Amino acid sequence: MIPILGLAAGVLLGLVFDPTVPLWLQPYLPIAVVAALDAVFGGFRARLDGIFDAKVFVISFVSNVVVAGLIVFLGDQLGVGAQLSTAVVVVLGIRIFGNAAAIRRHVFRA
Amino acid sequence: MSDAPPPGTPPPGQSPAGASPADGGAAGPPARPPAAVRRRRNLVAAALIGVLTMLLGFALAVQVRNSDEAQMLAGAREEDLVRILDELASREERLRAQLAEQRAALRELGGSGSRTGTALEDARGRAEALGILNGTLPAQGPGLTLAIDDPSGEVRVSDVIDVIQELRGAGAETMQVDDVRIGLSTAVTGTAGNLRVDGTPLRSPYEFVVLGDPQGMETAMNIPGGVVQRIERRGGTVRIAQSPGLVVDALRPLDRPQYASPGPGG
Repeated sequence: MIPILGLAAGVLLGLVFDPTVPLWLQPYLPIAVVAALDAVFGGFRARLDGIFDAKVFVISFVSNVVVAGLIVFLGDQLGVGAQLSTAVVVVLGIRIFGNAAAIRRHVFRA
Repeated sequence: MSDAPPPGTPPPGQSPAGASPADGGAAGPPARPPAAVRRRRNLVAAALIGVLTMLLGFALAVQVRNSDEAQMLAGAREEDLVRILDELASREERLRAQLAEQRAALRELGGSGSRTGTALEDARGRAEALGILNGTLPAQGPGLTLAIDDPSGEVRVSDVIDVIQELRGAGAETMQVDDVRIGLSTAVTGTAGNLRVDGTPLRSPYEFVVLGDPQGMETAMNIPGGVVQRIERRGGTVRIAQSPGLVVDALRPLDRPQYASPGPGG
């Protein structure tokens, strides 16, 4: 319940304030969002599996975002930022798909 | 609100895709803390989860909004982007060249504008003055008309030259005789009764139109023992009339110096 409320509140705030993303953050924000989405999907799936732990969720959320950002930053420094961010998005997307498949099995029993 | 009641014995590794540790919450506490501590911890965890998900929603909305604006370019293919970039680069180059050109022109104009303006004005004034003196421009202004009747043909070349010199000495600025403009190199030739000015025969009465100070010139003409008296002694008559507005419109070609050229220090 709390995550849904928080998500809705955050979306509302973002739409209302409509801030401009600072330039240095622009390459990292989409990656961070995808990483956080991965953590949220993982948490949702763990909840359905009955093994949810708040501590693990929080840590995985933060570390996901930080690690994804670091990878993209490193890629930027190496000159392969675009490719590495693609790689990060692909990996996280696969994980999100896997978690979504598990959630689907839980919800639809199929 | 009952988000985080960890089950007593979690089945680790049983989930189909739970291989990665960052999956989120695939762990269970083996030892149970006291109830109060657990409750407080749950509250903190719930708050943290709320804050994190709110951040996620916020970032999501901002990012979606943001990429909306850049969507046109972000959705373009690489070749298109390269082409657009090329176009922009060449356009920038063109504009830069144009800018430099305009800047140079502006500097040139700004530097020389006032200078050429005054110089042009100066030169124009000088050319007009020289043109009037030289007889290449028509002139108008106050002055006098002077008609010499010479019925007996006794007025000589020297008399006409004297008239001209006296008039110049009295401040005449430019004049004409019988539609011949008197300039610097004007020559009076011929014999008495058959005078020529610059080759053009004069016919009595010789009519001078002179621009200058009328009063001063008339006084100079009528001076006792002057040129008018001499002409009258020869049998001619001189009629002088002052006028506030006369026109000297006879022109003479510009005398181009054949041997002299501007010297140093000019």
